[in-house]
Amino acid sequence: MAGPVSFFFEVLFSGLLAGVMYSLVALGFVLIYKASGVFNFAQGAMVFFAALTFVSLVERGVNFWLAMAITLAVMILLGILTERVVLRPLINQPPITLFMATIGLTFFLEGLSQGIWGAQPHGLDIGIRDEPMEWLADRTGMFLSQFDLFASGIAAVLVTVLALFFQRTRIGRALRAVADDHQAALAVGIPLKHIWAIVWAVAGFVALVAGLLWGARTGVQYALTFVALKALPVLILGGFESIAGAIVGGLIIGASEKLAEVYLGPYVGGGIESWFPYVLALAFLLFRPEGLFGEKHIDRV
Amino acid sequence: MLYREAGQFRATYAEDQQIFPLRQDRIGVAALLVFAFVVIPLVGDQYWLSAILTPFLIFALAALGLNILTGYAGQLSLGTAAFMAVGAFATYNFVLRVPGIPILVAFVLAGICAALVGIAFGLPSLRIKGFYLAVATLAAQFFVLWAIQRIGWITNYSASGVITAQNYSILGIPIDTPVSKYVLTLSIVTVLALLAKNLARSETGRAFMAVRDMDVAASVIGIPLMRTKLLAFAISSFYCGVAGALYAYTYLGTVEPEAFNLDLSFRILFMIIIGGVGSVLGSFLGAAFIVLLPIVLNYVVPPVSEATGIEISHAIISNLELMIFGGLIIFFLIVEPHGLARLWQIGKEKLRLWPFPH
Repeated sequence: MAGPVSFFFEVLFSGLLAGVMYSLVALGFVLIYKASGVFNFAQGAMVFFAALTFVSLVERGVNFWLAMAITLAVMILLGILTERVVLRPLINQPPITLFMATIGLTFFLEGLSQGIWGAQPHGLDIGIRDEPMEWLADRTGMFLSQFDLFASGIAAVLVTVLALFFQRTRIGRALRAVADDHQAALAVGIPLKHIWAIVWAVAGFVALVAGLLWGARTGVQYALTFVALKALPVLILGGFESIAGAIVGGLIIGASEKLAEVYLGPYVGGGIESWFPYVLALAFLLFRPEGLFGEKHIDRV
Repeated sequence: MLYREAGQFRATYAEDQQIFPLRQDRIGVAALLVFAFVVIPLVGDQYWLSAILTPFLIFALAALGLNILTGYAGQLSLGTAAFMAVGAFATYNFVLRVPGIPILVAFVLAGICAALVGIAFGLPSLRIKGFYLAVATLAAQFFVLWAIQRIGWITNYSASGVITAQNYSILGIPIDTPVSKYVLTLSIVTVLALLAKNLARSETGRAFMAVRDMDVAASVIGIPLMRTKLLAFAISSFYCGVAGALYAYTYLGTVEPEAFNLDLSFRILFMIIIGGVGSVLGSFLGAAFIVLLPIVLNYVVPPVSEATGIEISHAIISNLELMIFGGLIIFFLIVEPHGLARLWQIGKEKLRLWPFPH
């Protein structure tokens, strides 16, 4: 059943699956924003840092799982250090200050990871081939990569685990309490410092997963840091505070981006992928300024 | 002792309203201007003029533009480089398509073009705030660069979008030497900086600050939010546009759209963080810092590597530069959120009492 309809669905599905990859990065942003109100611009650098550390370890002959464990430990350490060195002295500063601090962190991490491991691009093989599935192509005429499906499977697992973590565990409840109100959380005895360290460590873990998947897709190189820029429209579309928003936003952005590139691109000279998500998210914001699932803010004077 | 206001009485409104009310400030600024306009062109060598001082002035102007928007009006923007690009490419087109247009008129018109683009991308600021707005300004960054690269008319159908600044002259004097380019840049930057200094204490500037501190409260006391925010975007983009035009015409000469990428936007943001958010002086200090840091590193690192015997390559220096940039941003935000300008102010306070601290 090859034809325009099938082609449309192929574009749509590959867009949706690409969107899942964006969501993975966006998740890291949402986690930190939910728990500390910090818009962590360094998430992209963390993805790069994690992927580069992992791939460099593997290339030096470290076992796959051991490398994973070491990288995870490094990311957790990074999270704790970030909390201690950057965030704790900036408590009670306006959010915009914290945001700029994370931009500083971005540059620091980019310099650090390339300083330690070198700037040359690496290939990363995690055992899943990035090629179309034959049985699907035979039945429906659509070419979809099994890698994409694998990535969305991972994303689904990750989201489920995170949702359970946030809803069912003691730490998760503490995280939500901190997100609601720092002072009140402190008053009922939640150790704010530990919570922030935990959340940055979890974000480091998400960065590791995103880094592995993106690294396997595009190779581990400096351009990986720009993945964060792809995730930003997802965030403003979905709302900063919502995990569901990150997923739905990612799907919408991924699908519309691919559809626009294929059906709209030829008329305006192509390459609109770089800005279309932003304009889409922007147009959307004009109607709903807090994003799809964001919390509505009421200003008091 | 030397630096204090005691004994300086203001008898007229004009005296009370001048930009630099203190005599010492006036003398200092005048001395600085004489130094910059007369001494530097006489003694400065080509390298200093064209590779350090001119870019410093241009970046200071761009930082000033961003500071008006972010520091005074409180609207965080990550699209500064895009507005600079508009200025550069608009100048190119004005000079190309309007025969005999004076270059200064072209600069002003280019600034106005940038202001219009700024207003267009400032429109969302009426509905969205904070991080959402910062992300929205990224749309400007990507869209403008894309448009310049894709629409051949803008770059006069040159391959890969590279433009070369045409030769130009002012009042019959060709501007083609490092000295003349430096003086032209300096004149424009001086005028615009004084205007900005004046703007900061005008009704408009005060409205900006009211909106920055709390926009709901500002609108309650009768400040039109829409006009104020859009005006901030327009003025800021005008400054950035002129800076972009100078970037192409007095500094680089040949520019490609990629020169105005996100990295440049961040560098300018860093300038105002390090220099001082909401301060005209801070824009200059921050620009000086960011321009000089790589140069200082290149001077300092080789002797250090020789002394310690550690081989330090260029790649490591550039990574070190990134780390130092990032580390300094965090350091400044923690230790001195108001930047170098605040340090200067503290120094002035100390100077008032010197040499008798009590």
